[in-house]
Amino acid sequence: MTTTTKALLEIDNVSKIFRNGASTTHVLDRLSLNATEGDFVTVIGPSGCGKSTLLKIIAGLDTDYVGSVNIENRKVDRPSQEKGFIFQEHRLFPWLNVESNIAADLSLSKPEVRERVNELIKLVKLEGFEKAYPRQISGGMSQRVAIARALLRKPKVLLLDEPFGALDAFTRAHLQEALLEIWQTNRTTMVLVTHDIDEAVFLSSRVVVMDAKPGRIKSVIPIDLPYPRKRTGTAFQDLRTHVLRSLEHSETEEPSYTI
Amino acid sequence: MTTTVAVRSEQAAKPITDRPKRTFPWKSVIRGAIIPAAIIAIWQILSSNGAISETLYSSPWNILKEYYELTKTGELPHHLRISLVRASLGFLFGGGAGLLIGLLVGMSRPVEEVVNPTVQMLRTIPLLAITPLFIMWFGFGELSKVLLISLGAFFPMYVNTFLGVRNVDAKLFDVGRVLEFNWWKRTTRLVLPAALPNILLGTRLSLSIAWLCLVVAELLGAESGVGYMIQDARSFVQTDVVFVGITIFAIVGKLSDSIVRVLEQRLLRWQDSFKG
Repeated sequence: MTTTTKALLEIDNVSKIFRNGASTTHVLDRLSLNATEGDFVTVIGPSGCGKSTLLKIIAGLDTDYVGSVNIENRKVDRPSQEKGFIFQEHRLFPWLNVESNIAADLSLSKPEVRERVNELIKLVKLEGFEKAYPRQISGGMSQRVAIARALLRKPKVLLLDEPFGALDAFTRAHLQEALLEIWQTNRTTMVLVTHDIDEAVFLSSRVVVMDAKPGRIKSVIPIDLPYPRKRTGTAFQDLRTHVLRSLEHSETEEPSYTI
Repeated sequence: MTTTVAVRSEQAAKPITDRPKRTFPWKSVIRGAIIPAAIIAIWQILSSNGAISETLYSSPWNILKEYYELTKTGELPHHLRISLVRASLGFLFGGGAGLLIGLLVGMSRPVEEVVNPTVQMLRTIPLLAITPLFIMWFGFGELSKVLLISLGAFFPMYVNTFLGVRNVDAKLFDVGRVLEFNWWKRTTRLVLPAALPNILLGTRLSLSIAWLCLVVAELLGAESGVGYMIQDARSFVQTDVVFVGITIFAIVGKLSDSIVRVLEQRLLRWQDSFKG
């Protein structure tokens, strides 16, 4: 890990409280986290730990919080194209075909847009599907279109909110490999939220384990395995167990059931 | 590499055709023509036999002859042109206003709260009840007719556009925010295309109401137009001419509806819905 480089993304003391009538929930409690350029950070934790909320805050989609989030020393106060966001569902425009979806509001008749779109279609391996509509392609392919749409905007950081959660195991594995390839080609900083331990260990350079109620960072586990990683290797399994332990530990802290 | 192989097989499994080959739908045209053809045949037979009075019920053949006569004298094209201009103007003003106001009301809740109750109240008033007022205020001239048609065309367009905007998937608005769409882009790139199915439905309904209001306006008082032609023929018991007027309304109405349906098929190709 490059500790000497300046942090690209700085999350400092972020807290968010959710009020529902009289009860208040600390969704996030004084959470701090940095990511350098080219980092691949995965946030993992039990449901309700505020990991998706954290991602929305980084994206500028949620501005109702205390603390500060900076990207390249500029405060995040609204969504922008420098923060690419991949939702759990692909959220493509159903009335646009694949290439128009990637271009979205940009005109494909401009040669520089055309060229970039073609490059990205190649990168996400969708050649031959440029003219297909979202209803005609599979969920995994749609998610790749969504990734290409975000990458066209040359984001400083790509935020992924359980992007492969709704896909079947095979497609998920393929997309994870595709994402790694994209990351290695573009060196875009990635922040991924997931509940899949395998995915976290397979992809990231650091795994951030979160704790629920209040949502805070439990531990940060660096994954110092060389890419491409073998899911079956002992080192992989050891790290997997390590993350699992850390997660279980966080989950035993709350009373599980009251009868 | 495993990825490439898997991706290839995934692609091979689903051949994608952008434009499905379309041949002219003869079968469905024939199916649709069965009932009208049968009615015309029976009608002609009955009037030829003398089973029904030709003066009162006319016959398909007489109507055809009347079409020829009226076209030759230039009477029919003259009236039809005037009617078409009135209906188009009314549809453009009313439909346009309905689209614009429906869009604004759909996109903003405060605007909805101010505008919608009034529009819904006005919508329930039967148009025939307002017609005398329009004639008193604007006279028998073109203005009152075009305004009456506009008013009729406004409501279906308004209601459907409003509904269409409210049916837009809220999740897509987050995408618009992430892609930094401004107000204009959000409207033209997101709301309008998403609401298009409803807007086109509104267009069809609006067109047919415009046509309906045209007849009302022309029957109530006019010196020209297809409605006037019918009214005039009625007073001389020229049943053939009345039928010419009625059928021309049907033909033009169906034509305009077909045009919008073709537009629907082209513009809504992306939709994934049951096609029967």
